[in-house]
Amino acid sequence: MADEVKLFGVWASPYSRRVEVALKLKGVKYEFIEEDLSNKSDLLLKYNPVHKKIPVLLHNGKPIVESLVILEYIDETWKGNPILPHDPYQKAVARFWAKFLDEKCFPALRKAFSSKEDEQEKAIEEASELLKILENELNGKKFFGGDKIGLVDIVANFIGFWLGVIQEAKGEELLLTHKKFPILCKWIDEYVNCSVIKENLPCQR
Amino acid sequence: MAGNEVKLIGHWASPFALRVRWALKLKGIEYEYIEEDLRKKSPLLLQYNPVHKKVPVLIHDGKPLAESLMILEYIDETWKQSPLFPQDPFERAMQRFWAKFADEKCAMAMLATFHQVGEEQERAAKEAQEHLKTLESVLEGKHFFGGETIGFVDIAAAWIGCWARIVEEIVGIKLIDEEKVPLLNAWFQDVLEVPIIKECVPPRDKLLVHYMSFHKMLMGSST
Repeated sequence: MADEVKLFGVWASPYSRRVEVALKLKGVKYEFIEEDLSNKSDLLLKYNPVHKKIPVLLHNGKPIVESLVILEYIDETWKGNPILPHDPYQKAVARFWAKFLDEKCFPALRKAFSSKEDEQEKAIEEASELLKILENELNGKKFFGGDKIGLVDIVANFIGFWLGVIQEAKGEELLLTHKKFPILCKWIDEYVNCSVIKENLPCQR
Repeated sequence: MAGNEVKLIGHWASPFALRVRWALKLKGIEYEYIEEDLRKKSPLLLQYNPVHKKVPVLIHDGKPLAESLMILEYIDETWKQSPLFPQDPFERAMQRFWAKFADEKCAMAMLATFHQVGEEQERAAKEAQEHLKTLESVLEGKHFFGGETIGFVDIAAAWIGCWARIVEEIVGIKLIDEEKVPLLNAWFQDVLEVPIIKECVPPRDKLLVHYMSFHKMLMGSST
């Protein structure tokens, strides 16, 4: 049966990128539909009436929204190259870290880069503490998923790529230095060089 | 084959620990319950949940897990009887989506109604009512979110029914209006009557006193 897979996303969004990585990893053919978030399409509003956000995965006409929910759906639907471990405990641990990244790390990282000068030092310190926790989790492993990239690596794409871009745009290494986070920086190199990811990175502007 | 040693670190007034207890009871899993004093966190809690230092924490054969919705999924995958999730991936995605919505939208707005005063409180209450209305739309034609029997979303969201009543009584704002959300109201009443759900809910009076003093403290500290 031919699968019809469409993805509504935005090229610069790490959330829609992570869905693309998962689809590419599993060799799923899909049509990408770029959304203009300042002028949301009728289709987006139809398929995600609750949140009106991207990404939205449309599989044979059925919409799935929220990137973490989409990633789990993709893993359960297309079984090749699993992104979640088979063991229930390891799976729960992976989900835990994915949630930690989305709910704690990314807001803290965004805050660190957007804070005004007097608040920035504190924001950077808070973000650093969270990155340290991540580093400890990675210790000894090539990827968060072990030898191959998994859910947590895919979800951590913000750190893997976007953080570097933001730091470069700001003109200094504010946060993610090799000295402070050697293991995380090594992970970034591995992640960015992983072929699927490489195809998937937006060009640095 | 699942091992036998199951422990749950929780707090009697925590809705997140409560929903894990519901799942364990539904599946007939024997476990040791450890009550945590949240004002003075135990070395055990700090050891098993160093990242968030919160309850609930499930410890299965010595391996700890935190974050209640993750724990629910783990329980469902480890003990197959009385499944919380359907088999179909799309239906599973829907269950995950709505559990997340209930937590992130309905519950957050309800808690904001409890914490805020004046205009902000009114705004939060209105938001909570709107989100509850959206949640209600999923119930069309169904007895429970899980269909004929309770499932993941029922276990994840039932606490909101109890807690909403407590909040309503303390702040004097109606959140679940039987005229505005009749289906949701009926669902809350039905789900809270399910035996395993009813047996675990803390006594209403005790919860009311607990949250009343908490509210008093919040209001006192904001003046």
